[in-house]
Amino acid sequence: MSASTAGPNPDNQIPKAPAEVGVSGSVTDLTPYLPPVDSEYDLEMTDLKGPEEAPAPVEVIFDCSDVEVHYGEHRAIRDVSLSFGLREVTALIGPSGCGKSTFLRCLNRMNDLIPGAKVGGHVIYHGQDLYADEIDPVQVRKRIGMVFQKPNPFPKSIYDNVAFGPRVVGMEGDMDEIVERALVRGALWDEVKDRLTENAFGMSGGQQQRLCIARALATDPDVLLMDEPCSALDPISTGRIEDLMAELKERISIVIVTHNMQQAARVSDKTAFFTVEMAEDEKRRTGVVVEYDATDTIFTNPSDKRTEDYVTGKFG
Amino acid sequence: MTGQRIADSALRGMRRGERTNRRALIFDILMYGAIALALVSLLALIIQTVVKGAPDLSLQFFLNFPSRINPANSGAQSAIVGTLYLMLLTAVFVIPVGIATALYLEEYADKTRWWNRMIEVNIQNLAAVPSVVYGILGLAFIVRGPLGLGPVLLAGGLTLGLLVLPVVIIVARESIRAVPPSIREGALALGATKWQMVSRQVLPGARAGMVTGIILSLSRAIGETAPLLVIGAASSPRFNPSGLGDAFTALPIQIFSWTQDPNPVFVNQAATASIVLLGILLAMNGVAIVMRNRYEQRW
Amino acid sequence: MNAVSTTSAERVRADLVRARSARSARESLIKGLLFLAALLSVATTTAIVVTLLQQTISFFGEVSPLAYFAGTKWTPLLSGDQQSFGVLPLLWGTFYLTGIGLLVAVPCGLLAAIYLAEFAKPKVRKTVKPILELLAGMPTIIFGYFALTFVTPVILRDVFGIPVSEFNGLAAGLVLGLLVTPTIASVAEDAMRSVPQSLREGAYGLGAGRLQVALRVVFPAALSGIVAALILGASRAIGETVIILIAGGQSPSMSLNPTGSFQSMASFIAATARGDIPQGTLKYETIFVVGFTLFCVTLLLNAVSTRVVSRYRQVYE
Repeated sequence: MSASTAGPNPDNQIPKAPAEVGVSGSVTDLTPYLPPVDSEYDLEMTDLKGPEEAPAPVEVIFDCSDVEVHYGEHRAIRDVSLSFGLREVTALIGPSGCGKSTFLRCLNRMNDLIPGAKVGGHVIYHGQDLYADEIDPVQVRKRIGMVFQKPNPFPKSIYDNVAFGPRVVGMEGDMDEIVERALVRGALWDEVKDRLTENAFGMSGGQQQRLCIARALATDPDVLLMDEPCSALDPISTGRIEDLMAELKERISIVIVTHNMQQAARVSDKTAFFTVEMAEDEKRRTGVVVEYDATDTIFTNPSDKRTEDYVTGKFG
Repeated sequence: MTGQRIADSALRGMRRGERTNRRALIFDILMYGAIALALVSLLALIIQTVVKGAPDLSLQFFLNFPSRINPANSGAQSAIVGTLYLMLLTAVFVIPVGIATALYLEEYADKTRWWNRMIEVNIQNLAAVPSVVYGILGLAFIVRGPLGLGPVLLAGGLTLGLLVLPVVIIVARESIRAVPPSIREGALALGATKWQMVSRQVLPGARAGMVTGIILSLSRAIGETAPLLVIGAASSPRFNPSGLGDAFTALPIQIFSWTQDPNPVFVNQAATASIVLLGILLAMNGVAIVMRNRYEQRW
Repeated sequence: MNAVSTTSAERVRADLVRARSARSARESLIKGLLFLAALLSVATTTAIVVTLLQQTISFFGEVSPLAYFAGTKWTPLLSGDQQSFGVLPLLWGTFYLTGIGLLVAVPCGLLAAIYLAEFAKPKVRKTVKPILELLAGMPTIIFGYFALTFVTPVILRDVFGIPVSEFNGLAAGLVLGLLVTPTIASVAEDAMRSVPQSLREGAYGLGAGRLQVALRVVFPAALSGIVAALILGASRAIGETVIILIAGGQSPSMSLNPTGSFQSMASFIAATARGDIPQGTLKYETIFVVGFTLFCVTLLLNAVSTRVVSRYRQVYE
């Protein structure tokens, strides 16, 4: 494993301290805007703490078992069983087409929107199966935010972008405050506070993506799903978003799909490695989870040969 | 240096080769000749209309009603007012129905269902139906028959509305399709319901394209003669319609009845009315172009 | 699990199911309303077909289909022995004048399209394209007026010295061509422009000249779209009413000589329906039977066009 060129940080520390974040001051300003932590969600599930090598998180927010997704006849992923920890960053890595994004989109029922998509298995969020009949996908998406591969701001003002979520879900309170709080949490406030009425299309790509993060935070979700959020960004913007994730982790749980292994190593606590399985009888490709463990274990001492090949760059 | 020289001479050779190609020359002559012929003809059409019609173009022409007794003082007020009313009525009918249909087909319809595919094919076919057939529909269904409104303004507006409905649906769908899927995903991921996503993101994003397309469709509607002739629009009335249930005329109808007149004064006034009609159409096109340039959403 | 987590799960659950029924009812209502709007266009087609068929059936109750489809004399408004319902003169008028028009419009339209797509500078194209679309949307009554007051007396009689009557097929046909030229040029240009640049570059790379690329590469590659443009042009000419009504005359003819008067299906309908023809008479029914014939012809053309486009379209990338 010493041959690993990925250079994961063995201590799995966040590379930069929050004080080094480019947006100075925002970190200290944060506190007053933060919503109170809902103590009811602080589950005491110490009994779930497994042995050292078991990836079971301390407090579970998502517990997925045997998740599979079909697009029409085609099975995109199968047998995905993962649980994600409260206020942890979980990275999903793997080669293209292995179903990471497909799985991610099961977590807030975005797959509902694809005609012909069918989700099987169980996605348990705070003890509730998200695919139960009585569950409203709109409410699910309100609580579980999502950030996409390409920044997708609305062609509206920065303010209206952030206010969109709170408005559609009917959040109460002063909209100006809600928008400001979200932008502060998205580490964007200082850059845009004087041009809130300007069109978001005039921002740089990195700013647009942070706006999308702020927009997703505005409805106070407790989970943020990120689908390769940095793949369209330059290294500096990527760094800022990674710093931001480290800050956000204090309050919310993050599940991130990434192609960038260094990024997974830098930002995540746990990593799941997906791969593509070619069925012999059917010529279809199906995504499966190979290994799920603490991030430093995945990168320094994986137990599966396929994981090792992938993280050392022999394959993928 | 040498490479440059070789490239130069090769280029020169190619140019000469192309220029001496006689077939290319003949084609050029044909091509430019055909374009010139078309352009000159269309130019002649406009000049002819203006030359014949301009002398009678005065404020009086807008204010007076058609008059047999006093041809020199004849005007087109009832036709102009009728055309504007028709435009308004057509818009009131076609904008909500057209946009709703486009939204249904683009955002809601499951394309694997046969009835949705049928609706699509049906609209494509309707767009190809000649306008005179819409006139027959208007006559048999709206003027007489089930609705039985008589040859009134409302019947004219509805007939023209049905005529341009497929066109409006097609342009509205194109504008809706131009809104990228990522915008829809973004809205839904924030907890918007489908209708919130559609009404607050998709519609505003498609607005400029729709407005442009609809204005152009309306300009097509008010230039139509045949359907209004068939449903029985009035000829040279000396009054404006005062309500939806009144008899009406429109510029194309007025132009038509003046061309049919043996009195050459009226034949020239047909050209004058054509100028007015063209002016209205140009203004609408101008508005459409300004709307497109100013509000078009680039993604 | 302890009590706290149970409460929490219940709260999350309550949150996730909240307000669903009321809202989903509203969402279904909206979808229903939009669907109703979409149904209106289906209803329009149904109304057209039902209206036309009803009167057509009643018409064929009195006139034999053979007399209609094979008869060479169209005098439905006369009475007694003079009355005859042979549609061939109307069909002939429609297709003959359309043919004259296409004789002008096809070369002009296609050459203009080739010029715009392959030879014109982008700036020229950007100015000409909207003008073409404007011309394609010009009221046909103005074209009719032009045919009657300029083409017939000035161009045909004075310039070319052709002894045409005041209402003649030649002027109507030529102006029909002028009417559809912009449509053909615009649609064919779109088709040629959608041929990928790589195809042109490949041909240039093999040493082809501009003309060869235009005629041997782009033109064939865009053929399905070009055919669709031609069919669209023909379909517009066939359905055109007022040009023929104004300039072509109102007496049907099966003559080959274009200097005399002609009547097309559309112009017959407009000429006849204008009168206060009483409902329920045979004369009234002729409007519908001719309308139905016209409707079928354009529907057929549209079907052919859809067929051509879907079967022969080259799919790039």
